[in-house]
This record gives sequence, structure tokens and C-alpha cells, in this order.
Amino acid sequence: MTSVEEAVTKVPVPLEINGRQEVVVLEPRVSLLDALREHLDLTGSKKGCDQGTCGSCTVWIDGRRVLACLTLAVAAAGHEIVTIEGLADGDQLHAMQRAFIEYDAFQCGYCTSGQIMSAVKVIEEGNATTDEDISEYMSGNICRCAAYPNIRAAIRHVRDQAGGRS
Amino acid sequence: MRPLTYSRATDVQDAIALATAQPATAFLAGGTTEVDLIRAGISASEHLVDINELPLRQVEDLADGGLRIGALARMNDVARTASVVQRYPAISRALLLGASEQLRNMASMGGNLRQRTRCAYLRDGVSPCNKREPGSGCAALEGFNRGHAIFGTSEYCIATHPSDVAVALVAFDAVIRTVGPDGERAIAFDDFFLLPGDTPQLEHPIAPGELIVGIDVPGAPIARGSVYLKFRDRQSYEFALVSVAAAIEVDDGLVSGVRIALGGVGTKPWRARRAEAALVGQPPDEASFRSAAAAELADAVVREHNAFKVELAQRAIVRGLVHSLQGRQS
Repeated sequence: MTSVEEAVTKVPVPLEINGRQEVVVLEPRVSLLDALREHLDLTGSKKGCDQGTCGSCTVWIDGRRVLACLTLAVAAAGHEIVTIEGLADGDQLHAMQRAFIEYDAFQCGYCTSGQIMSAVKVIEEGNATTDEDISEYMSGNICRCAAYPNIRAAIRHVRDQAGGRS
Repeated sequence: MRPLTYSRATDVQDAIALATAQPATAFLAGGTTEVDLIRAGISASEHLVDINELPLRQVEDLADGGLRIGALARMNDVARTASVVQRYPAISRALLLGASEQLRNMASMGGNLRQRTRCAYLRDGVSPCNKREPGSGCAALEGFNRGHAIFGTSEYCIATHPSDVAVALVAFDAVIRTVGPDGERAIAFDDFFLLPGDTPQLEHPIAPGELIVGIDVPGAPIARGSVYLKFRDRQSYEFALVSVAAAIEVDDGLVSGVRIALGGVGTKPWRARRAEAALVGQPPDEASFRSAAAAELADAVVREHNAFKVELAQRAIVRGLVHSLQGRQS
């Protein structure tokens, strides 16, 4: 008699991550977040709640910010995925990464990669005009250390530096 | 999380065939509800049919000035579609006040309508819950029911329907279009959401393998001045305690047309037909609005922690009508 676990079929899942083609062999129930962290050694995306409420797993799929914990890896095949590891240009940090350091926009740092992945997009989307807008459009990223004022300062800095673009 | 199988559908008929091939099969669109509930052990789905490659993402014009919204259109895309913003501002606003930007990028319109209540007793997996385990009881009746419904409840379930956009859609008499093993159907919006009665586990009159393909919103000039207001415990990324979609038209100094629907108070998106009926022909002033709101809330059934919703809902109706009358955007 085969147990359910043994009967589960793993499937090869081709994923395009940070411009590189990868193939991971996974059960269909594996989330994109677990595929990144447990199978691809990309541990920058964090697992906070694993139920789509905290935002610490925010990645970009086809240029839009989404939650990797509620995305099945198998469903992400064929789409362009960018994680926090894909943001820097070699050793050159992205402007938003530099701004988070400069403005001390984190304490424990656990939510930070998700915050940064959202922060870059909030400017790109044109939703960083006012502090109110920044708060509204960053509300899907929770920071238990409450570094919100400094996160907003970092976003304002990059916004002003870029003339409204990232 | 239990094991799953996964397949991608290439067209609508393929999706239906895959979904009816075996029991415990669900469609996968944005995944924001389905993946979450499978992981939580609440959804019993064992097979997922990914429908994201189906060509159902457009927002198209209908001949009567209305719109046909594809079931796979994402919440954010619909909210920012010019025809939606211009003709149905309450729909756009309701979408943008729901969830977070990440979730709105993921969640589909069809999935939004099939999302399940956020009642904590359904989700915790152990409390008595007639939705999760029919016959086990309802922990919310005597529990922490501050967020629960005051309309459409029964002794079996008082869970609130969580959608924002469904509130705006019910105000505009939207129609849900489906395709299933038995062909195409059009379901009136109000009929798509079942009252809990003694079978709260049954939420929609939809057959296994029946797929929502679109939402038709009939042309309604009144909707151009519609507003959606949402009142909640925190400013963003929170479900409504009370929300209102409202639109009003005045002709010759009297109310000639009005649409009102409420969120956060009903076991389904709640069209306030009594308030509407009370208002037509009345002067468009706060006294009339207040009296119409009182008529709507007269039958509310409150529990220990949610009685505040009766007054809050009345004030929401009044404010929604005032804002619509004044031509405000929200």
C-alpha cells in the first residue's frame, strides 16, 4: 500500500528568476516562496505569515508586485520573477536599498526585503506623491518594529532623487 | 497542506472538462483565497485547474452603455480602467479600498465573488462552524461577533460577506455569467449569494465545474455619480465594519432615482431596497436620508458585540447619499 505522501507526483517546474532560467522539481502544492527559499537558496524573500497578510514575501511577477506565499510555484512557470536578490546590479545596490540604509528604514529587518520590493513599485506606479499615498499603497507590508516613518522617508528620498521615477 | 494535483486549462471548455473529471476540484485564478484556504485546511480541494491562460481579462462595452468585466480581470486593472472610473466610480473605489496593492494585483474579479467569509471561527479549524462542518453549531453566535452580520443571518450562521466590490456591483444590478457542463447561464447578482438559512455551507447556486466567465454591469447613468465609502478599524488594508455604495438622482427637486448597498453588515452583499423605496419622491435632504436609513435598519438583528453597526450603517447611508448628491468622488 502506498501512502499519500509516496503517491505524490513531483513535477519539473521551469522558473525564470532574476533573469536566469531554473528548473526545480516540486510537488504542485509548493508555494513560490518555499521554492525560492528551500529549493533555490534565495532566502531574501521572507515567510512572515504564510497567509497573504504581512507582505514580507513580496516579489515581482511580470513586473507587478505580488505575494509569493499565495502563489504556487507551478503556476509561476512561464512568468518573469524578480526577487530582492535580483534588485542590485552586481555589488551596486539599488537606490531604494541604499535609501533604506541611509534612512534607517528597518530595525529587525525581517520585513525589509518585502518593503523594498513594494517601495520600488509604489514609486513606479505613481502612488508616492504624498505621505498619505505612500502609507495607503504600502499598507500591504506590515512592519512589527513600526519603522514606518523611516520607510516613508526612504521612499520620499528615492522619489525626489528620481524625479518621480524609480 | 494536503497534496494537490495541478493542470492548466487552455480554453473554457477544457477548464470545465478538467474540473468535472474528478471530485474535489477547484479553479485556480489569483489564488489569494483558494491557496490560503487549502493551506489552512478549510478548503477540501485536491485538484487545481489553473484558468489564468483563458482569455477572460478584458473590460468591454455593452450596447446599453454598461460593461462586461472578464472574470479573470485583476482587481487593480478593473479599478483603473477608464470606463469603470467614469461610469461606475463606486466600483473603482470599492476595488481600491479592498485588500492591498499586492493582493489586488493577484486577485481576479470572479475569485472576488467566490471568496469566503473572514469569520475567524470558520478559519480556526476547531470552533463549531456550520459552514466548515454542517451541524457543528456556530461559535460566533455567543462569541466575539463584533465584525459579524446584522442582516440575512440565521441561528446557523452570522458570518459577514467580505467583498467590497460586490457591494457596488449589487447596487448596479450586475449579472454573473457562467459556463458549466450544462451550458451558459446568467445569474442575477442578488441570486448568486445564498442566505445561510439552515445550510450555510451552501454559498452559491453554482454546479461543480461551473465557471464564472464574466460580470455584466448594465448601463446606468445614475452610477456616474456613485460613491463608495468604507468604515473600518484601521485606515487601510482592513475589512469593512460598514461600507456603503450610494448613488442618487434628483429631478425637479425630488429624488427620482437612488441606489444603496451595504457591506460589512450582511451575510451577502446587501442591497438596501427598503431605503431606496422610502427615498424615491422625497426631497433630497438629510432628514429624508436619515428616515430612509432608519427604515432599512429596522429589521437588523444584533448580537452582543455588533449592535454599533445599526447606527454606523445609518450614518454611512446618509453620508454616502450626501456625497453622491454633492458630486464628491468618495
